[in-house]
Amino acid sequence: MDRGVAISGMGIVSAIGMNAKENFEALKKGQHGISEVELVDTILKENILVGEIKKSNQELEQILKLPTPNSFSRSSMLGMIAIKEAFRDAEIQVKDNTSMAFVNSTTVGGMDMVEKFYDSFLTDKKNQHYISVNDAGSNTHLMADYFNIKGFVTTISTACSSAANAIMLGARLIKSGRAEKVVVGGMDGLCKFTLNGFNTLMLQSNGFNKPFDDERVGLNLGEGAAYLILESQSSLQKRDKTPLAYLTGYANANDAYHQTASSEQGEGAFLAMKKAFEVAGIQPEQVDYINAHGTATPNNDLSEGRALLNFFENKIPDFSSTKPFTGHTLAAAASIEAVFSILALRENIIYPNLNFKTKMKEFDLTPQIEIKKKEVNTVLSNSFGFGGNCSSLIFEK
Amino acid sequence: MNSCFINGIGCVSAQNTFENTFFEDAIDISNLNIVKAIKPNYKSFIPPASIRRMSAGVKNSIVASSVAIKEASADQLDGIIVGTGLGCIQDSENFLNKMIGYNEEYLTPTAFIQSTHNTVSGQIALKLKCKAYNFTYVNTGGSFQSALIDGLLMFEGEEANNILIGGVDEHAEYTNKLYQAIGYYRQDEEGKKNILKQRKSGVIPGEGASYFVLGNEQSDSTYAKILDVQLVNKLDQIDLPSFILDFLSKNELKLDEIDVVILGNNGDDEFDTYYDEASSIFESSTLLYYKHLFGEFLTSSSVATYIAAKILREQVIPEHLLGEQKVRKSDKIGNILIYNQYRGKDHSLILMEDV
Amino acid sequence: MEDLKKELKLKIIEALNLEDMSVEDISDDEMLFEEGLGLDSIDALELIIILDKDYGIKLTDSKDGKKIFRSIETMATYIAEHRSK
Repeated sequence: MDRGVAISGMGIVSAIGMNAKENFEALKKGQHGISEVELVDTILKENILVGEIKKSNQELEQILKLPTPNSFSRSSMLGMIAIKEAFRDAEIQVKDNTSMAFVNSTTVGGMDMVEKFYDSFLTDKKNQHYISVNDAGSNTHLMADYFNIKGFVTTISTACSSAANAIMLGARLIKSGRAEKVVVGGMDGLCKFTLNGFNTLMLQSNGFNKPFDDERVGLNLGEGAAYLILESQSSLQKRDKTPLAYLTGYANANDAYHQTASSEQGEGAFLAMKKAFEVAGIQPEQVDYINAHGTATPNNDLSEGRALLNFFENKIPDFSSTKPFTGHTLAAAASIEAVFSILALRENIIYPNLNFKTKMKEFDLTPQIEIKKKEVNTVLSNSFGFGGNCSSLIFEK
Repeated sequence: MNSCFINGIGCVSAQNTFENTFFEDAIDISNLNIVKAIKPNYKSFIPPASIRRMSAGVKNSIVASSVAIKEASADQLDGIIVGTGLGCIQDSENFLNKMIGYNEEYLTPTAFIQSTHNTVSGQIALKLKCKAYNFTYVNTGGSFQSALIDGLLMFEGEEANNILIGGVDEHAEYTNKLYQAIGYYRQDEEGKKNILKQRKSGVIPGEGASYFVLGNEQSDSTYAKILDVQLVNKLDQIDLPSFILDFLSKNELKLDEIDVVILGNNGDDEFDTYYDEASSIFESSTLLYYKHLFGEFLTSSSVATYIAAKILREQVIPEHLLGEQKVRKSDKIGNILIYNQYRGKDHSLILMEDV
Repeated sequence: MEDLKKELKLKIIEALNLEDMSVEDISDDEMLFEEGLGLDSIDALELIIILDKDYGIKLTDSKDGKKIFRSIETMATYIAEHRSK
């Protein structure tokens, strides 16, 4: 039987922890990572809350033992810490990496460094080395060099669904026989550019984000990175390794409605879920838990809620958004939530949707609000983004 | 497993590729430091209400993709896949300038929204109301090739009948200055040289948008067949011959069966040696160059793909692509190989065949 | 009031890149959104910034904009009453 693509390792950094164990402990305890901005120099400090990782760039450099000066952006460093954990978890040595493929994703890329020195780049030579990470792909290349990955390396950027699409491409590379092992995931550090961008769109909340709540006013941006090692069955057998879980379904569709907003009925989301179930070859009622996109913007949750109601014909399985824990980590969101989904499968636990109080007026929809122990065999994870990009992933035991 | 045919092309570049007269005549750009694309008449393709927020790259993409779709008569697309090295850099610059200039005050959302890397693929989907698969690759010199590989995966997996693939990059003033400052681009006064004759440090930057409708079936509008694409992150020069030979043998081809090789020489003395190495193993193939006419940009191999497709269909080799070389094979042109790298990274091979 | 209306029209044309339009093309009571001038939600956010930057009016809820930005007439009236610069 086709069991999809095996996941042999995972790694994560987010506002609730620097590895998978710390993240899981925080999820179990209902401990969120939303706080005031400390590490980004912005005038928005007073107006917004974020899911910030309280480690300075210098501390991240020390964790990774990087020589200075280097050209690693904050996003890249967060990414590298997560990839290191994923390799350890999959029991893969750095020297084995030459045949490995790497599908990265990011929206921020090196923007945090570029915005810092933008004005002084032409006059002050000492920071000019950061100009080379102005394009997103160069960040991926530096990371590939760090891990000695020389084969197929690419970078995807499809806004908030980026990491889902990276995971999806990795699976297709393995299914086609083009790769045996692929590191897939996404990374995004907080920076002024994104904080201000979302501010102009009035999408940020000045309080804690409340997905699927009638009084939700917006999202909290977050930062982080998470990666999975996808591996073919033959490669796993060769090295006698048991996988963590399987990725059995994946799909991407476009809402083709508006540049930044989702359609009222969430057609793109509906299509993505439908196709993902077709790929997985299972029925929607087999789902035990949905990790929703649930950004807590008025528009997303309404559109996603309608798409869920339509798709599951009003019999929606237990679902929650974990964005109240981590904030919306943009390109990293789907891979962070993929790690949460795999942890749900392994630990038979589903997570609470924090901060929920009142059902939305538009429909009868209550997310899971308490931590719950139950047998979890199948998880659906949704991610949607600007440009109408909608992706769904299905994970199974 | 399905084949992959190029059934429609639209190419906006510094040459008359959009007007389709480039094979007859080329514009001399050797006196330019920054090579800009020739603007098509946007208004005949894009309604005024939507044009107002679009940067050059988005506009060029909409126009080039419309032409490609029309030529292929592809009413329904099963995927839109775009590669872009720097993304919507004009709007990123615009937003950064305002954010820094006004100290984060009075910012408006338009530039931020437009600066998102997947703006182009999103806008094309929005224009076509296309709800299908939609991906954007931003992988430096391997952005367009990543899109092509994704396309091949769709055909191999029998997931699609028609897809749109494109490569796009645009100039942005300050960004050009930044790359000049670190020597990636030549300084103003150094530009004015024929890059094929005289190598120096850095490249002459260009821009463009090339779009292709790929189909699993051959039609009256078919240009060529894409056999295979490979992309690797890093390669030592010494390993380049075996990289090429392994790729050819995987596709059951011998060196002398490659009739034309399109090389990405861009005049940068530090990295053009890779092309010397590649040239040295092709003794009987005709070698062609194009960056002396288009400038260098991160998705420039999309232009090489356009050139290869047209050569295969028309069986003509324009003299202005020969550089100092001569046509080595005068019989039928069957197979073309495109080799490209950017600053020693993102080594790619694109293999195409006539139909 | 007439000056303010003209000023607003010029500002809107510039901020929203309405390249082919002139002040004469926008009438005072024409709907700015939907079937009128055809502006959308992104334009509304641009208009909010014009209020803030040029007239010292801060709108915190984007929904308030709907009434204020109905037409040049409604915008001018609101600005005249609330402006602090």
